[in-house]
Amino acid sequence: MALLVIAEHDNKTLKAATLHAVAAAAAIGGEIHLLVAGKDAKAAAEAATKVAGVAKVLLAEDAAYEHALAEDVAALAVKFAPNYSHVLAPASTFGKNLAPRVAALLDVAQLSDISGVVSPDTFVRPIYAGNALATVQSKDKIKVITVRGTAFPGAATEGGNGAIETISGAGSAGLSRYIGAELSKSERPELTSARVIVSGGRGMQSGDNFKLLESVADKLGAAVGASRAAVDAGFVPNDYQVGQTGKIVAPELYIAVGISGAIQHLAGMKDSKVIVAINKDEEAPIFQIADYGIVGDLFKIVPELDQELAKRQGS
Amino acid sequence: MKVLVAVKRVIDFNVKVRVKPDKTGVETANVKMSMNPFDEIGVEEAVRLKEAGVATEIVAVSLGPQQCQETIRTALAMGADRGIHVLSDAELQPLAVAKLMKAIAEKEHPQLFILGKQAIDDDSNQTGQMLSALLGWSQGTFASKLKLEGGKAMVTREVDGGLETVELKLPAVVTTDLRLNEPRYASLPNIMKAKKKPIEQLTPEALKVDVTPRLVTLKVEEPAKRQGGKKVGSVQELVDKLKNEARVI
Repeated sequence: MALLVIAEHDNKTLKAATLHAVAAAAAIGGEIHLLVAGKDAKAAAEAATKVAGVAKVLLAEDAAYEHALAEDVAALAVKFAPNYSHVLAPASTFGKNLAPRVAALLDVAQLSDISGVVSPDTFVRPIYAGNALATVQSKDKIKVITVRGTAFPGAATEGGNGAIETISGAGSAGLSRYIGAELSKSERPELTSARVIVSGGRGMQSGDNFKLLESVADKLGAAVGASRAAVDAGFVPNDYQVGQTGKIVAPELYIAVGISGAIQHLAGMKDSKVIVAINKDEEAPIFQIADYGIVGDLFKIVPELDQELAKRQGS
Repeated sequence: MKVLVAVKRVIDFNVKVRVKPDKTGVETANVKMSMNPFDEIGVEEAVRLKEAGVATEIVAVSLGPQQCQETIRTALAMGADRGIHVLSDAELQPLAVAKLMKAIAEKEHPQLFILGKQAIDDDSNQTGQMLSALLGWSQGTFASKLKLEGGKAMVTREVDGGLETVELKLPAVVTTDLRLNEPRYASLPNIMKAKKKPIEQLTPEALKVDVTPRLVTLKVEEPAKRQGGKKVGSVQELVDKLKNEARVI
């Protein structure tokens, strides 16, 4: 049995999400192959060969694959998928965009966002914003799966010794064209892989006030996130959103500031190891899941926290 | 041009779902049902396209039990022109839904098929992409902006790193993300008018689609409950506890 993991990468390096998908493949068991489709993606493919547990890297280079357009990459994946029992991708916007297209072309169901492997054909996945866990068995010959990154510790980036095999596909089908991207630039860690996250909600009142959180985040080496309410209000860009339909995170420490704790937000962060809530409303649902809550005005508490952290760093 | 919009009937987003004691699923009896919020955004976008003179006809499509007609009526009250309901009491999984929608697209020949990016019940996030694949169309998923011009669709997509823009050849499938628009509330006169708009009823058999589920749900359970609720009195105490008790900083 061999499994194919579709790698998310930027042509130079592998995205961390890929390592979590490899870990899920390892949990299923079998020989793991990575598909790297890109343009001038040799560096990413070489990084892929070193990932622990990877036996082979399929490298497809074509201008059509540079920006991972789903129409073109799916067609490529489908060409090779029949050699595999499982096709996996991360449950990131990359994998969510691509994998269902692969599944439909193979005429198989997809198992979305799995958080556990029971057996090679049976998986656990959250439904209803994580308020229920479904154990689901696939009757299809090829299982197409997207993997919830927080549920599988990432495979090591060293230790593998995979061989690169060059493959080719049909290239561009001409259905869609990449125009451009506006990516948030930040020196801080990525939300989905950060060890600490400081998140703000509607209570922050403005985008400017997020500077308070950034200062705390920088003292903790943390990423900054937000609730849907804060994103909808335009305080911060969409890629900050943590929740059912945003990013799923599970850091060591999650500090929720001015976030009431709507179900759809909790769905994105309740697997964090330690949760701190700062909110002026002591009835806010976020306190029910917080390990440490402070009731009070965030505009007083956050600067205090910032100072306390600065003081301790200095000593 | 004609626009098709998919609308799914789901448990209302405000309802706290409860897992059934026999672990076969979640409680749906006597639970408030509504249109999937992402589909409301889809209907709104289609109506705006019509108001802008780009779309000429909007058809709302729903699949499932008889009550789906209520969901279609909601779309009609928001501004859709007519409805198509595929009646089925069987469990319809995303692949089957995509096949049924494909059959409808082949009858209706729309230039654009708008779906929500995911339904808030099964959280699958699959159907739009599957439909696009089966039709051999282009896809613009997780859209936060949609512009139609010169026989193409420009879609700005919400991706993990920020925003990405793609140009799609029509016909296309577009799935909606939260920031695409804010759906309107239907006015009372429009709710009254919607009652007279036509809804065509079809069946999977009539569309010649095999909807047999490929996935079997063995059990549905409640996740482990998180022990929380502790409060601390000061920032100093908080930092002490994070350092010495939780050891995370």
